Amino acid sequence: MPVFIEQQKYLIDYTLAALFRRKTRNLGLLLVYTLLVFLFASVLLLSQGLRREAAVLLQDAPEVIVQRLVAGRHDLLPAAWLDTLRQIRGVGEARGRLWGYYYDAAVKANYTVMAAPERKLADDRILIGAALARVRQLGIGDVFSLRAASGPPVLFKVAGVLEFSSELLSADLLLLSETSFRTLFQLPPALYTDAVLAVRNPREAAMIAQKTALALPSSRPILRSEILRTYDTVFDWREGITFLCLGSLLLAFLILAWDKAAGLSAEEKREIGILKAIGWETGDILRMKLWEGLLLSLSAFLAGYLLAWWQLFHGGAKLFSPLLKGWAVLYPDFQLTPTVDITQILILLAVTVLPYIVATLIPSWRAAIADPDAAMRG
Amino acid sequence: MIELQWVNKVFNQDQPNECRALREVNLRLERGGITVFKGPSGSGKTTLLTLIGCLARPTSGRITLDGRLLSNLPERFLTQARRHTFGFVFQQFNLIRGLTVLDNVLLPAYPLGRSYRDLHQAAQQVLEKFGLLAKATNKVEWLSGGEAQRVALARALINDPAIVIADEPTANLDSTLSREVLALLGELATQGRTVLISSHDPLVFESARVNRLIELRDGQIVGDSCFSKDA
Repeated sequence: MPVFIEQQKYLIDYTLAALFRRKTRNLGLLLVYTLLVFLFASVLLLSQGLRREAAVLLQDAPEVIVQRLVAGRHDLLPAAWLDTLRQIRGVGEARGRLWGYYYDAAVKANYTVMAAPERKLADDRILIGAALARVRQLGIGDVFSLRAASGPPVLFKVAGVLEFSSELLSADLLLLSETSFRTLFQLPPALYTDAVLAVRNPREAAMIAQKTALALPSSRPILRSEILRTYDTVFDWREGITFLCLGSLLLAFLILAWDKAAGLSAEEKREIGILKAIGWETGDILRMKLWEGLLLSLSAFLAGYLLAWWQLFHGGAKLFSPLLKGWAVLYPDFQLTPTVDITQILILLAVTVLPYIVATLIPSWRAAIADPDAAMRG
Repeated sequence: MIELQWVNKVFNQDQPNECRALREVNLRLERGGITVFKGPSGSGKTTLLTLIGCLARPTSGRITLDGRLLSNLPERFLTQARRHTFGFVFQQFNLIRGLTVLDNVLLPAYPLGRSYRDLHQAAQQVLEKFGLLAKATNKVEWLSGGEAQRVALARALINDPAIVIADEPTANLDSTLSREVLALLGELATQGRTVLISSHDPLVFESARVNRLIELRDGQIVGDSCFSKDA
């Protein structure tokens, strides 16, 4: 075993010297390679982070949301439905929710407005999301004016900026009292936007949704798992679009790598001949070339991946955020939680490192199996 | 002892550019001393040395080394023979550009996995012997022809081979440097190594150090003279 380790050390030593001898070529390749891994890793890490973020946030979301449909469209839900829902076996609590959207022409953005009775806000107080506070340059104590559905402006005093563990859901959020909500949107007292159910046994959620649909035929129960699936699909779709764009880049890189690695120069072929003539086996040459491929591609992979990691989790994820977070005026500004997904790393390795190593090995093998007497002839 | 029986070597066989480099060569080489293969360009000297040194296989015929048949050994075993038995000095030196003198000398020993300290010590010794210690960290492309030839010789000796094969070792050197290289090769023979040289340089084949002179023409042996080992 020590002989094997010594051999590998010598091979690495020689490989490094060989790489440094062709500095310009290898440095150029390393840079392009690093950039490619960086781009792919950025997309993968960001979309994975977003999915995870959504999943974490939705952990606290209600098991079942009930909406009312009229002619297949979401409509306001009568308060009387809440009593019917509470009578379904397995339902712990049924609560009406008031929420909606408000378009602010000043910043050309939609806000999510929600009544938050649990916050016990005074009717002239409002809590605002962090992105909204940034865009409107609002702080605690500032006055925030919203136009009521009937026309006149309604003035609110900012009581606080929402500080959630993530801005993903709270970036554009406005929280106010139930009375203020009804005043703002001119909503009658016995109507809610939808209802949320607390389920005693989460595993029965699907059953309760079925019972709800039976008890209230015009209702549409939505399970938390369905929302999560929707998030996943949205991110998968966006990730797919981004990968499609990067695909051409990958192809260009593979052509470049093949050209650089596969096309052994006369000098390199001569070197292989010399090495064989002075006692290197075909296997030694292949091991040396394997080290060369590994050192170059793994360095690029490591540099690209770490750069993507830094950019994403410490640099504000500026690069692909618009593509993956959504197309909005109020971008949520949140810190993603760093996670390592081994499968993801292996896939990225397979896509970027393997083709390069194969491109390095095949021509070297071809050169190495030839008789070394050509070297003798100079 | 190296023995060649009915050895033929044909390049590009059955093609319009077919070339018969060696024809029916029979030869017996005893261990030790300096043997020079003399002949004009294209006479088959280099081809003969590549076959003896396991750098290529004969098209037909047998080559044995101390009774062991080399000519039909698989590649792996040929490499073992090259690695442990032969040291090569090429006509064009064939040093690897961009590497230092020391690195070039160490190269043949890398696949053996010897400890770095032993290997380094051996390299230092051989470099010192050839007066190259001061140049150990120089890149080989900065060396003069004579220095490059000495580095090639040092590299050939790093694995302590029993047989040193030198192909036209003086072809790129002036008379003074040629004599210097001959002296070094003579010293190797004195140490008990077998030295096989191909050359068409009179300075080499007329040297008093040569023990045997074999003349080749058109791929065949046309002359074989033995001289006293004490000469």
